[in-house]
Amino acid sequence: MHREKFIERTLLLLALSSIGSLALITIFIFLEGFPLILATGLKNFILSSHWAPTKGHFGILAMIISSVLVTLGAMVLGVPLGLSCAIVLAEFSPKRLKMVLKPTLELLAGIPSVVYGFLGVVWLVPPIRNYLGGPGLSLLAGSIILGIMILPTVISISIDALTAVPDLYRDGSLALGATRWQTVRRVVLPAASSGIITAIILGMGRAIGETMAVIMVAGNALQIPTSILDPVRTLTSNIALELGYAAGRHREALFATGIVLFIIIMILNLSATLITRRR
Amino acid sequence: MRLDPHVSQSLVKALLWTLTGFTLLILVFIIVDISVKGLPQVTPGFLSQDPTDMGRAGGIFATIVATAYITALAILLASPLGVGTAIYLTEYTREGWATRIIRFGSECLAGVPSIILGLFGFVLFVMKLGFGWSVLSGGLSLAIMVLPIIIRTSEEAIKAVPRDYRTACYSLGMSQWQTVTRVVLPSALPGITTGIMLSVGRSLGETAVLLFTAGAALRTPVSLFDSGRTMAVHFYILAREGLSMPNAYGTAAVLVISILLINVTAYTLMQRLMKRYS
Repeated sequence: MHREKFIERTLLLLALSSIGSLALITIFIFLEGFPLILATGLKNFILSSHWAPTKGHFGILAMIISSVLVTLGAMVLGVPLGLSCAIVLAEFSPKRLKMVLKPTLELLAGIPSVVYGFLGVVWLVPPIRNYLGGPGLSLLAGSIILGIMILPTVISISIDALTAVPDLYRDGSLALGATRWQTVRRVVLPAASSGIITAIILGMGRAIGETMAVIMVAGNALQIPTSILDPVRTLTSNIALELGYAAGRHREALFATGIVLFIIIMILNLSATLITRRR
Repeated sequence: MRLDPHVSQSLVKALLWTLTGFTLLILVFIIVDISVKGLPQVTPGFLSQDPTDMGRAGGIFATIVATAYITALAILLASPLGVGTAIYLTEYTREGWATRIIRFGSECLAGVPSIILGLFGFVLFVMKLGFGWSVLSGGLSLAIMVLPIIIRTSEEAIKAVPRDYRTACYSLGMSQWQTVTRVVLPSALPGITTGIMLSVGRSLGETAVLLFTAGAALRTPVSLFDSGRTMAVHFYILAREGLSMPNAYGTAAVLVISILLINVTAYTLMQRLMKRYS
């Protein structure tokens, strides 16, 4: 009996490792970055786009805007494409085919982000430069690569949401004479909407947090873009590009950038969890 | 004018299938491009020689060693934690506030982007604890990254083991711990292995975390405190600095093909487990 109690305690301790790690991450990122936000003032930090860390200017507005735009761009490509795949797999394909297609599409998730970035540089950037103009390394290139990278997230969560809709709903609609597509559009999609929204939100989280691929294809210029062909530097790229040599306040500013990113991601994840739970 | 529902259905279906085909095409394109340009580079010499001249020439041996070293360390650290968490969640407690907090932690951890983990590993392991850019700092940071994967997969695998197995054990007078170690874990082993393999796959491809925790030294790491450049980091540096296109493609081929093989095997294992108990 005594032994069992001891085992239970030990397992509980192990089980606290994930929440413990999360707490440590939060604490250390905030400890490093928060003093700088206090010193600069939150308003100057997130509402100014003057970033000259060696001269004491820490404004990250341009990067926030770039991150948001590149993410929105990724959604424009990734959501329709991902949802189409999910609808086809869940509603229109024979079971056998689905058993093959679903894991195949999930392989996209295993491809490392540096490989996506590299292929973007090789296959995407030159045609953008030659046919559309600009440097090629651009908001557009970043959006396309991120749009592809979020596909596995969008597809697998949407499929789960669609398959969770009871067949009774479909049968009822079909029995009333609706076609399969009418059933999907009027019955299945509305019933699965909260799951699909979760898929989209988690896809956004992935896109805004992605680093390596964006560094490689988005051009990294510090500016508020005026066209989709402009090069941009996102929050994540800025951290990764400068952490290697930053020191002192400059390094603190990068951790402060990390705080902003962390908060955005946590808000996205929390809303996804809340939406799922309500269902 | 209204389209006949059957006509519009055909149109929509054609469109959806086209988009799905397009997505599959992207995957095929990635694999074919990397294989066609990369595999010819992958000779025995490429795998067994160290990089020379910053990676412009030579092979990738040192980076394979660093990758194996860091990944093994991460898995060794994360597996007991992850499997232990899964056992606790499934066998030792009821749904309540404790499980909710643990699941919440694991879910949030899964959503933390790798650059944030890189920042964290850099400040805690590299700076504060003084491990420097090293295999140890890299392994610890990766362990945190893959922990949620191991927890989720192990939990799923343990849950798939039928209730009856446990009831039978208890009726034979076995303790809970005996039931877990002698019956539940062995039955769930293929699923737990899946989680570990997926974690290996994830570790192989990771770059942002390791760039700031393990560093990019091109020597073969020996001690835990040596810096090591993994294949993914090496590939990033080759590609970004335009050092050598052929070597970049060769490294990418080794990387992508090993990850795909690992993921396919992991998936097959899990399918087999689920089929056996469903």
